Amino acid sequence: MNIRRMIHIVCVGFLVLTLVGCQRDAVVLPAEGDAAQPAHGDTLIMGSIGDATTLLPILASDASSSDINGLVYSGLVRYDKTLEIEGDLAESWEISDDNLTLTFHLRKDVRWHDGAPFTSADVLFTYQLYIDPNTPTAYAERYKQVKEASAPDPYTFVVSYEQPLATALISWGMQVLPKHLLEGQDITKSPLGSHPIGTGPYRFQEWLRGEKIVLTANPDYYEGEPYIYRVVYRIIPDPSTMFLELQSGGLDYMGLTPLQYARQTETPAFRRRFNKYRYPASAYTYLGFNLRRPMFQDLRVRHALAHAINKQELIDGVLLGLGQIATGPFKPGTWPYNPDVARYPFDPAKAKALLAEAGWGDSDKDGILDKDGQPFRFTIVTNQGNDQRSKTGEIIQRRLAEIGIDVQLRVIEWASFLKEFINPGNFDATILGWTIPPDPDGYNVWHSSKTKLGELNFVNFQNAEVDEILEKGRRTLNQDERKKLYDRFQEILAEEQPYVFLYVPDALPVVAARIHGIEPAPAGIMHNFIKWYVPKGEQKYLK
Amino acid sequence: MLIYLAKRLLLMLPLLLGITLISFVVIHLAPGEPTDMQTQLNPEASVELQERLRAQYGLDQPLMVQYVKWLGRLTSLDFGDSFSQDRRPVLGKIVERLPITIAINLLSIGFILAVAIPIGILSATRRNSLFDRGTTIFVFIGFATPSFWLALLLMDYLGVRWGLFPIAGIKSLGHEYLSGPAQIWDVLHHLILPVFVSAFGGLAGFSRYMRSNMLEVVRQDYILTARAKGLSERVVIYKHALRNALLPVITILGLSVPGLIGGSVIFETIFAIPGMGKLFYDGVMMRDYPLIMGVLVIGAVLTLVGNLLADLGYALADPRIRKA
Repeated sequence: MNIRRMIHIVCVGFLVLTLVGCQRDAVVLPAEGDAAQPAHGDTLIMGSIGDATTLLPILASDASSSDINGLVYSGLVRYDKTLEIEGDLAESWEISDDNLTLTFHLRKDVRWHDGAPFTSADVLFTYQLYIDPNTPTAYAERYKQVKEASAPDPYTFVVSYEQPLATALISWGMQVLPKHLLEGQDITKSPLGSHPIGTGPYRFQEWLRGEKIVLTANPDYYEGEPYIYRVVYRIIPDPSTMFLELQSGGLDYMGLTPLQYARQTETPAFRRRFNKYRYPASAYTYLGFNLRRPMFQDLRVRHALAHAINKQELIDGVLLGLGQIATGPFKPGTWPYNPDVARYPFDPAKAKALLAEAGWGDSDKDGILDKDGQPFRFTIVTNQGNDQRSKTGEIIQRRLAEIGIDVQLRVIEWASFLKEFINPGNFDATILGWTIPPDPDGYNVWHSSKTKLGELNFVNFQNAEVDEILEKGRRTLNQDERKKLYDRFQEILAEEQPYVFLYVPDALPVVAARIHGIEPAPAGIMHNFIKWYVPKGEQKYLK
Repeated sequence: MLIYLAKRLLLMLPLLLGITLISFVVIHLAPGEPTDMQTQLNPEASVELQERLRAQYGLDQPLMVQYVKWLGRLTSLDFGDSFSQDRRPVLGKIVERLPITIAINLLSIGFILAVAIPIGILSATRRNSLFDRGTTIFVFIGFATPSFWLALLLMDYLGVRWGLFPIAGIKSLGHEYLSGPAQIWDVLHHLILPVFVSAFGGLAGFSRYMRSNMLEVVRQDYILTARAKGLSERVVIYKHALRNALLPVITILGLSVPGLIGGSVIFETIFAIPGMGKLFYDGVMMRDYPLIMGVLVIGAVLTLVGNLLADLGYALADPRIRKA
C-alpha cells in the first residue's frame, strides 16, 4: 500500500516537472536584431562555498562577505584592471610634495541606496569608526598611522601622516559607511550588518541565511546602471554539488577546481554553454623552514632542498598543470615582480653534492644522510582541509627520500596547527600559502621585528638588508624607486631561500556563455562586472 | 505516577548542570579561539588587537567565571549572542535553522517506519524466503553505502542527466512568485532526494529490529493459542503479533527525539540545506562558544525529555509495565 502511494507521488512529480519545464522554456525569447547588443536585465547566479557572516565591511573578514560588500559599497579609490589605483568615490586626489598629506576631491553625484547624499562627513565618520577601540575590526592598524583627518567641505577630505606611507593611498579604498545610519549606534548591533546600505553598483535585496543573498542593480549608480539586473549568491558548501548544479543550469558562475577544469569540462556540450577563464591567482604556496633549527641554518642545505624539489612536478601533479612556478612572494606579471632572481632547477645530484659539502653523508649506510651521528630527519606540518597542500607534502616527501632525507608529514586541524605548531615556532618545516596583495609591502611577514610569538615571520628570517629595504619600501611613494627596492628584496629572498617558493596556482572561473562583455585582465575578470550583459535574445530569467 | 514524574524531572536538573559544565570546559580546552578567524595569519592584526577582541568577548576572564556568567544568563533562557562577526542572538540563529531540520528528520523517520515495518513483518513471516533474503541484501547495501557517494550519484543521474530533481537547496529561484500549492510542491520536490538519502541508511537497522521482534513474538504461547482458536493467519499476525512486536518501537521513537534537531553535516553540506548540522559544525570550526553551548543544551534537554517520554509511553502502551 505504501509503495503504491509512493509511486503515485512520483507520478505527480513527473507531471509538475514537465509543466515547470514548459514554463522555463517560455521565458527564453527568440533572438531579435543584433544578438550581441548590451542590454539590461537577466539574473546572474553565483555559487559560493560559505555564507557571509556580516555585511558590514568594517567587521567582515571572510571572502563571501567581501564579495557581497564589494558590490554594495565603494571606497574613495580602487584598483583598476591592471592593478593601478584609480578614483572611485573620489574624482581626483593630490599628494603634497612632502608626501605627508592626501587631499581627496569627492564626486558630487553620489547618493546612498536610501537616497541620502554622500559627503565627506561619511568618509570622516568611517575613519573614526575604524580607529574607535570599541570597534572589533581587524583593519584598524593602517588608520592608526593617520595624524589628522578632516572634511573641510562636503566634497573634500584631507588626511595627513607623521611619515610618508606607501600604502596610504590604497588604504582609502576602504568601503565608506553611511554616517546618517550608523552614528551613535553600537556597530556590532547595527541592522546594517544584515541589510547593508551603500553607494555601490548593487543594492541589497534579501538574505536567506545559509541559502542565498540577492542583490539588484542600482539604477542611480554614478557610473551608470549595471546591465545585469539581479545577482544571486547561492550558498552551496560542497564543490562537487556546486559543479553538478552548474551543469544542471542552476548556477552561472563558479570557481572550478583544477580537476574539474582539466578533466570534467572538456566536452563540446560544456563548452557550448560555458566559458572558462584562466589566470594566475593572487596567492602562492611555499615550503617554509624553521630557521631556529640548526639543520636549516646552513644555506647550502636550503639550496640543496630547493634543488631536490621538482616544482614543475608539483604543478603537474597537484594542480594538473594549472599554475606556474613561484620564484618569490610576488605575482608574476605584476609591477613588483622580479623575474631575474636565482632559480633552483630540479637537480638531485647537485642537491646531494651541496649536502655533502655541508657535511651530510650516509656514514652508517642506512640510506639516510647523517652528520655527527644525527640522521637528517624532519617533519613537515600543514593544515587539514587543504588537499593541495597535503599532496604537495607527499610529493616532496618522496623526492627528499630519494636524496636520503627522512621526512615525516603531519596534517593537523587548523586551530591546533596554529596554536601548537606555527605560533610558538614549534615545527621543522611547514607547507602554507600566502595571498599576494597588490601592494608589495611585506613588512609584517619578513621584517626581523616580527618574529615574536604569534607574529607572521614565524620562520625566524633575519636579514639586516631586508629589514632596511622593507622599512624604506613602505615609506617611499614613487613606484620606480619602490620597484628597485623590492627587486633587490626578491633577489635576497631567492638567494637565502627561507622558503622554497613552490607555485602560484591559477584562478579558474567559469561563466555561462550567455554572459557577454567579460574582459580578462591582470586583476581577474570581476573588474568590469557592471559592464557584463546578456543580449536580449539570450536572457534566461525575467524580472 | 505523578510522584514518579516529579522525581524524574527533578533528577534531570543536576544531570543537565553536569552536562553543561563538562561541555563548557571541554570546548574551551580545544585549541583555538573565536577571535582567530579575524586575527590569525592576518598581516594587519596586531597582538594588541587580539587582546582587545578577547576582552570584548569576555575570554580574558577565568573559565569558571565565564561559566557562571553563562549559566546565569541561561536561567532566564538567554543563550547569549553568537561570537561570530554578526553577533546575532544564538536562539535566533538556531530557530531559523530548526524548521527545515525537523521537517527532514520527521519525513525521514516517517519514511523509515513506512518502509522498514512492512519489510520487517514480511521478512519474519516468510523467514528465509527469497523476499527475506532479497530485502536483507537490499537494506544492508543501504546500510553500507556512504551517503555522500549515493547523494552525488543520485544528483548526477536524476538531477543533471535526467533532470528529474533539483540538485541542491530547498527552494527554486523563483519560489516567491509561485502560488501556495506550487510553493509547497517546490519544497517537497527539493526534499525528496535528501530525505531518501538520509533514510536509506536507517532502513537496515530498523527493519532487522522489526524482523527479530516479530520472530520473538510469533514464538510466544499466546500466538499458539490464537492459532489454536482457529483465527486466520492474517488476524494472528496483524492483530495479535504485530501489536506486541511494535512495543519496542516506542523506545526507539523516544530516543530519536533529540535526533530531530540534529542534522547531518555531510548531507546538509552536499545538498546545500541550511540546517542544524551545518550550523553546529561551522560553530565548532569557528569556536563560537555560545552557539555550541546553545545547541548542546537544547540537545541535552531533548535527550532527557525523550528518554522520559519513551518510558512514559511504554508504560501507557503496556499494562504489564504500568503495574510493575
